[in-house]
Amino acid sequence: MAAAPQDATTAPLLSVSDLHVTFHGDEASVRAVRGVTWDIRPGEVLGIVGESGSGKSVSVSSILGLLPSPPAVVSGGPVTFQGRDLLGMSERELRAIRGKEIAMIFQDPMTAFNPVQTIGRQIAEAIRVHDGSVSRAAARDRSIRLLDMVGVPSPRARFSQFPHEYSGGMRQRAMIAMAIANGPKLLIADEPTTALDVTIQAQILELLEVVREETHAATILITHDLGVIAEVADRVLVMYAGKVVESTTILPLFQSPRHPYTLGLLGSLPRLDARMDTLFSIPGQPPDMARVTRGCAFAPRCSLSRGRAECREREPELRPAGVGWSACHFIDEMEQAARKVSGEVGMDIRVGGE
Amino acid sequence: MIRDTGPGTGIDVDAVVEASIAAGEATIADLDTDEIVARPPRSPFRIAVHRFMKHRLALVSALVVALLGLMAVFAPIVAPADPNAVDLSSLRTAPSAGHLLGTDSAGRDVLSRIIYGARVSLTVGIAAAISAAGLGTVLGLIAGFTRGWVDTIIMRIVDIFLSFPSLIVILLLVAILGPSVSTIVVVIALFEWPTSCRIVRQMTLALREHDFVLAARASGSSNLRIMRRHILSGVMSPLTVVTTLLSAQAILLEAALSFLGLGVRQPQASWGGMLNEAQSITVLEGLPWLWLPPGIAIAATVLAINFIGDGLRDAFDPRQTR
Repeated sequence: MAAAPQDATTAPLLSVSDLHVTFHGDEASVRAVRGVTWDIRPGEVLGIVGESGSGKSVSVSSILGLLPSPPAVVSGGPVTFQGRDLLGMSERELRAIRGKEIAMIFQDPMTAFNPVQTIGRQIAEAIRVHDGSVSRAAARDRSIRLLDMVGVPSPRARFSQFPHEYSGGMRQRAMIAMAIANGPKLLIADEPTTALDVTIQAQILELLEVVREETHAATILITHDLGVIAEVADRVLVMYAGKVVESTTILPLFQSPRHPYTLGLLGSLPRLDARMDTLFSIPGQPPDMARVTRGCAFAPRCSLSRGRAECREREPELRPAGVGWSACHFIDEMEQAARKVSGEVGMDIRVGGE
Repeated sequence: MIRDTGPGTGIDVDAVVEASIAAGEATIADLDTDEIVARPPRSPFRIAVHRFMKHRLALVSALVVALLGLMAVFAPIVAPADPNAVDLSSLRTAPSAGHLLGTDSAGRDVLSRIIYGARVSLTVGIAAAISAAGLGTVLGLIAGFTRGWVDTIIMRIVDIFLSFPSLIVILLLVAILGPSVSTIVVVIALFEWPTSCRIVRQMTLALREHDFVLAARASGSSNLRIMRRHILSGVMSPLTVVTTLLSAQAILLEAALSFLGLGVRQPQASWGGMLNEAQSITVLEGLPWLWLPPGIAIAATVLAINFIGDGLRDAFDPRQTR
């Protein structure tokens, strides 16, 4: 059931199999991630889309052991990074990987920097955490070069400024500089553009592209914005209610979506390339993750299910669909569902059609 | 400037708008030039120093305490006489040119004893407050950062210490251990650390939830490093205020202990000890130079330190923008 790599010649850099994350509360346990399996190859950009609470951030945080435990319990696995299981590692071993092999870029660069320390000091600190032998002066020089590389103007002066003296876009650039400070093999960008306005978003996405070309780091891009995914990702995972519901390469996702949730997302995406009468909206509410029982989690909101017993009784597994994978019982009816959604919004929601 | 932008006024509205946009861009562009970037960064520390300087009362108090400190350090040079030199020919003499603040019941120069007494008061005040703050900070950081049962144990110990009538227990401990400056420092610190511990724990609990702590963890920092780099720096400002106020309290406690005869050993001069000699009604009524100077010295020092604490609190207050 694994989303098998299309290109079997390169071994995956990180491969996650059957990962579960559960938050144990006093009254109920929330199953935030319910068995996800995916991998990423060196240099690849993997997009993870899904709405808030679909488990996209939690699944990557759990890989690095960044979730507070209690209440979080991570199970399943293995999560193999360069041949080693991350889930079985001690805190000390994980520390050597965090920031060095796998680095994170956070959503809000304002809060991800300590407001009372200079940006430069924080970048230099990220370098010296992993290599105590680097002198202060050397760390400073390297930080200034990094700031220069990510396009922060007059980096020498900017080095000794505080986060509040940076603009939002500059802060995110500095955040990226900090993430690539130790030449990581994998970058995890958790909604890197959500806190920024649209023009700056484009610049940051461009910068991520440049960074990837220079460092050859694989990138996991977590977002709820299909537009962002379309721009940079090679491959996409669509998550819903803690599960991967569709996994495919970028073009097929937009040309021929294979899951009714993806269809809904595409229909609700404002587009400039054609006239739309209205935006599609997925009816209902995201499920309460403390009370997901049996059957397909998307069934109550699904335009394809229409209360069929199959959807209520049995949880669909990921299975091959077109060039990718989809977790829907009625993959064969997707064509007709796509036409229905397209009819509602007044244009073909699929990019370029079938 | 533009009173009427209606049609036919001859003013090209678009041009005006474009010009103002251009002007706006110019200022935005200016912000990024080195000229502005080059000014010294407004670090939180500089801002705090600047604000403290504006706080008159605190500034004057800081000068007073600094002078007291200098006086204590250079006591052998400043003092007009040996504080312990007994002169049986002039017992309890009123202030005069020879003895500016008179002499006590053993004929010792009161002014010199005040000056030497500052050594004891300031040493005890500073040493006790810093040891208390140090112990409180370490335990508060551990409690706030690890939480769970460690936190519970530490905080219950704090509760126990805070519920003791401290002066009585301190008296008992000093009586057992024997009075000396180091005993007093240790005993006072032992009863003052819970205050700083509570504050540090509280701040730690709030700070550890910040995104930058998670970011530090994600970049490979250990808990110890995060405490040192991120938590401690955030705790520093309230801690400074509390330490200042604790040192005032410690000075008062030392004075009380010496007054009760359990402070530093005689004949070493201390302000509380000098008050101890002035217990009788005859002294209080007829010989004010025996109790007024040490009383004023204690009150003024404690007051000045409290003012400094106030000034520091205002200076560190993030809600004040001046």
